[in-house]
Parts: sequence; structure tokens; C-alpha cells
Amino acid sequence: MEFVAFLVLFPFVVAALLACSKNNGVRKVVVYAGSAIIIAAAIYYSVTGFLSGETAYYFTEAGPVNIIMMCGEVFLMCLIVVLSIKHKKILPIILSVTQTGLMLWFELLAHKPEAAEEAHYFMLSDKLTLIMCLIVAVVGCLICVYAVGYLKDYHGHHTEYKDRRSFFCAMLFVFLGAMFGLIFSDNLIWMYFFWEITSVSSFLLIGYTKTEEAVTNSFRALWMNLLGGLGFCLAIIYCELSLGIASLSGLLASGLENSIIVLPVILLAFAALTKSAQFPFSKWLLGAMVAPTPSSALLHSATMVKAGVYLLLRLAPVMEGNVAGTMVSLIGGITFFAASVLAITQSDGKSVLAYSTISNLGLITACAGVGTKEAVWAGALLVIFHAVSKSLLFQTVGSVEHTIGSRDIEDMTGLVRTYPVLAGALTIGIAGMFLAPFGMLISKWAVLKSVLDAGGISTLIVILIVFGSATTLFYWTKWLCKILVQAPKDKQKNKTSCDQLTSIGIHAFLMIALCIVFPLIATNVLEPMIANMFGVSDVLVLSAMDMVIMVVMLVMVFAIPFICSFFAKNAKVTEAKEYIAGINVGTNDAFVDSFYNEKPLTVSNWYMGEMVNVNKWMLSMTWLGSAIIVVFIILAAGGAL
Amino acid sequence: MGAVISVVLYILLAPIVGGLLAGLDRKITARMQGRIGPSILQPFYDVRKLFAKETLSIGKFQYLTIISFLIFVIFTGACFFAGLDILLVFFVLTTAAMFFVLAAGLPNSPFSRMGAMRELVQMLAYEPMVLLVAVGLYKATGTFVIKDIISSDVSAIVYLPGMFIGFLYILTIKFRKSPFDLSTSHHAHQELVKGITTELSGKTFAILEITHWYENVMLLGVVALFILNSSVWSIPVAIVVCLLAYFLEILIDNTCARVKWDFMLKSAWIVTIIFGTVNLLILQYLF
Repeated sequence: MEFVAFLVLFPFVVAALLACSKNNGVRKVVVYAGSAIIIAAAIYYSVTGFLSGETAYYFTEAGPVNIIMMCGEVFLMCLIVVLSIKHKKILPIILSVTQTGLMLWFELLAHKPEAAEEAHYFMLSDKLTLIMCLIVAVVGCLICVYAVGYLKDYHGHHTEYKDRRSFFCAMLFVFLGAMFGLIFSDNLIWMYFFWEITSVSSFLLIGYTKTEEAVTNSFRALWMNLLGGLGFCLAIIYCELSLGIASLSGLLASGLENSIIVLPVILLAFAALTKSAQFPFSKWLLGAMVAPTPSSALLHSATMVKAGVYLLLRLAPVMEGNVAGTMVSLIGGITFFAASVLAITQSDGKSVLAYSTISNLGLITACAGVGTKEAVWAGALLVIFHAVSKSLLFQTVGSVEHTIGSRDIEDMTGLVRTYPVLAGALTIGIAGMFLAPFGMLISKWAVLKSVLDAGGISTLIVILIVFGSATTLFYWTKWLCKILVQAPKDKQKNKTSCDQLTSIGIHAFLMIALCIVFPLIATNVLEPMIANMFGVSDVLVLSAMDMVIMVVMLVMVFAIPFICSFFAKNAKVTEAKEYIAGINVGTNDAFVDSFYNEKPLTVSNWYMGEMVNVNKWMLSMTWLGSAIIVVFIILAAGGAL
Repeated sequence: MGAVISVVLYILLAPIVGGLLAGLDRKITARMQGRIGPSILQPFYDVRKLFAKETLSIGKFQYLTIISFLIFVIFTGACFFAGLDILLVFFVLTTAAMFFVLAAGLPNSPFSRMGAMRELVQMLAYEPMVLLVAVGLYKATGTFVIKDIISSDVSAIVYLPGMFIGFLYILTIKFRKSPFDLSTSHHAHQELVKGITTELSGKTFAILEITHWYENVMLLGVVALFILNSSVWSIPVAIVVCLLAYFLEILIDNTCARVKWDFMLKSAWIVTIIFGTVNLLILQYLF
């Protein structure tokens, strides 16, 4: 219990220290020390948790915690109201006041303590929690380390923004604390409290630069997440008043046969969809890119969006085959496909990453909605791989932006020649996202297998997945080509700070390590987790033979280019210039134009802008997503009444 | 044991069969155009000559990517003929194709890079149908394992006629035959010169030819998967169907003019939706 309390509270302590420290040197020490302690504690806790193999229960008595949380909720509401009035926004006020009012009424007047007592604990930690705990600690803390170096560069580049670095770093740690709280909470009211903290802290991070665009986008993120919070709040009230359930495990224990739980499950799933930026709520995550890179990396990989899919994976056992599961898998499948099509049209590196996050989360969401053992297995694997590779990619693109002054993919031509280290990190991240035999592909493979065996809507999901796979392939490959182009450029001195390179390096190492130890993760982590969640004894998703082939392929992907490079070095070739119909100038990056002038030669990627109209797609997906959600919630409500 | 033999046979015989098919292709094409055409062994002579030629290269990475492409294609074929998981085979094939795109995408050469981009569009066009074939075979036979698919009692095509038509359609894209020879053409008179292979010459080009032979044999193997069942008689039938499919591709090649990339993409996806997904939905909800 001490460990869990420590993991939840310690990041808040670090945040408080950071908020007070105005000195850059002190801040750096605090971030490094705080991150190291959190990572060490989380690793120790997770390893012992896995070794003991049992679900642990904490906080049998709430004590004063409930009162503190209630005060916290009121404080968050006041904060939202004040900031909304200041920026003349009405929607967040309505949403925030409504849900906080409802919660206060519920907790003070309508609450039946005996229902809460029935569960006997407020927090628990099982295997899924431990996996999430490791992701949040390792990826999250490394991003904080990265932020130290990044923000220094950032304010060097952008002198127009007010330097609020202490606030920014503090917010990152508040986020981590809230994430720990969220994943350990079993009591719904506790979870809701941490849920709201992540909404508000993401809002504050997105609005960091205080430009007009940042403010608009941060309020969009706020109202969308508050809408989800309202769904969460209604689910809590419904659960307790008509079902007498106060905890997530109580909800899961009431079983799939119990059709009355569909309504609260669908409301919680709705909240999770807003947080995971699924259509129709994707716009807030795209807008979140205006903030400095560490916050994007954090929102996209280890926290925020992962909170949504974490809740969905938790709920998966009670979603299999019912209205809630159908809604979630449909939204997930559509998002996976539509967002990957949109990613093709983008040339801004961060924008491609944002669409790909939405798309991949769609895949995880679809897995959770399908709700079978295999699907949840695949979903959890995706969560792990996606967290590491997306964090790596965001950080590297951030560093590239500071180094070459642009994050446009077209400007990354030949990055492998000019900045080989950054190009290498990008290549590892991209390979991890889609290339066989890296993580994403294993997951996609498992998804296809598992979805096929599930009944109902599954065929439609399969169709969306196969089309989405093709589009995913397209946008990653063209980016990879651009980075690796052998343009005749000279190597430049890399000025990326040590903090950034540390984090990027560890991420790249983790990415490769995850692929190598994948069979071990599958058998020792994921299978016990599924057994634990579904109460079954044996889970076999990929056979031993499949694993062997994966490992063979992994060795090949590393070994073959390596061996070939030796061969290539000794090959007898005559160096020639590229073929450009005889208008060469002697180097490979220019040609002679019709006025006999030398012109630089560039070949840009395809973006298919004429085929896919981004605004139209966004609009139609928003409507489609909204329609699906409304229809299914009405169906669930009709069934429950 | 059987698996080992078929893998060894594939590695040894596939280039010979592939080369002969390429020779046959040139012969039939010539006859369709009223020419006599070269010897059926001409592709082998060509490759031998290419190996003897000086290799002009604009970077040594070309060797790296092309040989990687060759090895991954052979690996894909080996997995396929060993009777492993069809979904895995298709995923490895995609990785192999990636190396081909990289081989052409890495030089800073405009024709080559445009070819690489077009090849990517071709992949975008055929990938959904390829994956759907794996899904369809699973629905029809209850397994992804090729060894088990071919030992089912009824040929898969009985359940998957739509998928078969869809696969033939994208096979034209996969073979880079007209009207879908966008990334490169067998005829060097297009706007992209030789497109994706522009910067390959001598040994690298010869290796690429051999890789295509391996790949073509494997793709025809996928056609055979639709036909093969537990009966021995399905084997000759499958061979005949493969040859007919190949002839059909040659016929299409010689009777159609090249289309634009957007037509290829849209039509391939529409065919995939009409024949592939409708077939799948019927299987799901009617059987």
C-alpha cells in the first residue's frame, strides 16, 4: 500500500518542488532525481507484483481521502470557471458546473456508503495495472527528462513566448501522478477524480504558449474531455443508485449476462472514447500539437490517450458482443481507417504522428470493443509498442525541428546523411510502427485472427482493418524513403542537447529490446494478464511456431542488411551519376534547366491532396461518429429501461 | 520432412519456372503482336548477359536493398511452400516489397523516385485485397495454415469465387502488367523511362529479374491455393488454372493501355469492395 500511495503522491511532490524552483540548474536536478526515483519504484513494484502473481488490494478504508478529492473537484471546477470567464468560453463552464454539481449532490446526499463498503477496497493492482504502471513510469519520466533539454532550446528559438518552464515541468509530473492514480483506482469516484485531473492538466499544457491558436485548441480539448467526464459522472451515479455498484471490479463481476450493466458500460466507454480522441472527438488531439513537443509526446504515448484505452481494455470483458462492444469496435475500426487515410495527406511530421496516433488508438479501441481474449491480448500488446515507438518518434521529430528548423517531412530529405543519429532514431521508430516483424505487425496479425473468430460486427471490422493496413503502409514508407534518401549532403554537427539524446537513446534501445524479448512478454506478461482478466487458465494466441518465425525474421531484418552492407562495400561497381536525360551538372542534386542555369533537383512525396479532401473527411467522420454514438447510447438506454 | 523438400524444391526450381514463364510471356506477347518473338530461354540469356556487364551504380546501398529484397522474397516463398501461416506470408511479402521501394526511393534520381512512389501506390491498391484473401481462406477452411488449407475436402474457390476474381484483378498490379504497369514497364518508352528500375544496371538488375521470378512463382502459388484440396486430382487442375491465370494476365497486358494511378487505385479498391468484401459478408452471414 505504501508503494502505491508513494507512486501516486510522489509525482505531485516533485511537481510542487518544480513549481517553486525558478533556477534552471535546480530544476534539472529535481527532474532527473524525481524521474529516476519514480522509474526505480515502478520497476521494483511491477517486478515484485508480477513475481507474486496475485492481485493486490489497497485502501480498505477511504478515511479523509474522499473529502480531499471532493475539495479537489471543487477546486478544478473553480479553475475551469475562472479561466473560461477570462477567455470568454461558455461551454466548459456549463459542462464543468453540471458534472461537479452532480457529483457533489451524489456524494453528499444520495451516496449510499454501504454500497461502497461492499467492495472493501478502493484501489487494486493486477497485471494490466502493472503493465500500465511501467509504461507511465518509464516512458513518462523519460519524456520529462527530454523536456529539460527541449525547453531550453525551445525558449532559445521562441523568444516571443513567456518562459514558464517551471509550470510546464510541474504539469508534466502532475500528469504522471494523475495517471498512476487513475490506473490503480478501482473505486469509480476515485478514478473519476484522477480522470478530471488529466483533463485539466492536458488543457493547461496545450495552452502553454498562450497564443490565440493555443487557447482555442486548449479549450476544445477541455470541453471534449469534460463531455467525456460528464458521461463518466452519469455512469457512476447510475451504477450506484440503480445497481448498487461503486467499483470497476464490481461492474466487471456482475457479468456479461447482466444486460442492465450495458448502460453504465456504454457511458464509461463514451468517456474513454473522448479521452482516446476517437472520431468524432479527434480534433482535440490534433489541436494539441501547438504545445511544445514534450507535452505532445506525453499526451500521445504514455498518458491521456492511454487512459482512455486503458479503461476500454478494462471494460472489454463486459463488452464482448453487446451494444457497448459493437459501438466501441465500430468507432475504433472507422477511426483506424479514416485517420490513416488522413495521415497520407499530411506533410508536417508532427501532424502525421498525430493522425497515426488516432489511427492506432482506433485499432486498440476496436480490439477492446471486440472483447475476446485474443483481441484484448492484441490490444494490450499494441498499447505497449505504441507507447514506446510514438514517444520515440515525437521526441525525435521535436529534436529534428530544433536542429533543421522545420518539422516538414519534405525538409527531412537525406537526414541520414546530415544527422545520422536522429535519422537512425526516426527509422527505428517508424520500423516499430509498421514493419514486419516489429510490434505493430504482431498485434495486427493477432487482431485479424481474433476478430475473425468473434461474431457480430466483426467482419466489418476486418474490412476496415485490411484497408487501414494498406494506408498505414503508405504514409510510413514514404516518410522512411525521405529520411534515407542518399542526397549528396555533408554530415553536420548535431547540437541536440544531452537530455534529449539520453531519452531518445533509451527509447530506441527499449524499442529494439521489446521486439527481441517479445516472445517472453507474450508468455510471461500478456498471457497471465489475460488469464487474470477473464478468469481462465490457458491462453494461447500465437503458437510456438509463429513465435519462432517471428524471431527468425527479426534476426533477418537486422542481419541481412548488415551482411549485405559488407558485400556491397566490396562489390565492383562503377560510380555513375543518376539518369536525368543527360542534363546532369556533375552532382546528384541539381540539373541544367532550359536557360542553361543550374537548378536544384528535388523530388517530393505524394500526398494525394486532390483525392482526399481533409476538411470533408473530418466533417463526415465527425458526423458519422456522432451518429453511431447517439444511436448506440439510445439503444443501450432503451434496453436498460 | 515434406515441408523441407518443398522448400528446397522452391528455392531450386522457382527461378527456372519463373524464367520459363517470363520466356513464355515474351513468346505469347510476340505472337499476339504478329511477331515471331525470342526463344523461350531468352530471359536466362538476358540475365547471364546482365551479370557479365559492368554495374553502373549511383551508390552501394543499391546492392544492399536489392539483395535484401531477393532474400526476403525467397524467405516469403519458403514460408509459403513450407505450408505456414498465410497471413504471416503476406506480411513478410510486404516487408520484402518495402526493400524494393527503398532500392528505388533512396537514389536522389527523379525517375527512380517517382517510380518508387508509384510502386507505393500500387501496394496501396493491392494490399487490402491480398489481406482479404487470407481472411477469406480462413473463413472458407477454418485455418490460416496453408498446409491445412490445401488438405480441406472442398476447394476454397467454391466459397470464394468473388475473392478469386478480385485476386486476379490485383495480380495484374502485382505483376506490373499493363494497364497497371505504372511503376515500371517492360517497354522503355514511357514518361518515367524505366521508373522504379531506372537506376539499376548490370548485376543489381539481374538480381532483380531473378527476384521477380521467385515472386511470380509464389503469387501463382496463391492462385493454386484457391483450387487445391485433399484430392490428388486437384493438383493438375491447379496447375492448369495457374497457367490460365498467367495467360489471362498476358492477354490483358496486350489489350489494355496504361491507365492513370488514381484510376488504378479507385478501381482496385472498388473491385476489392465488390468482390472481396461482399464475398466475405456472404460467407459470414449466410453460411
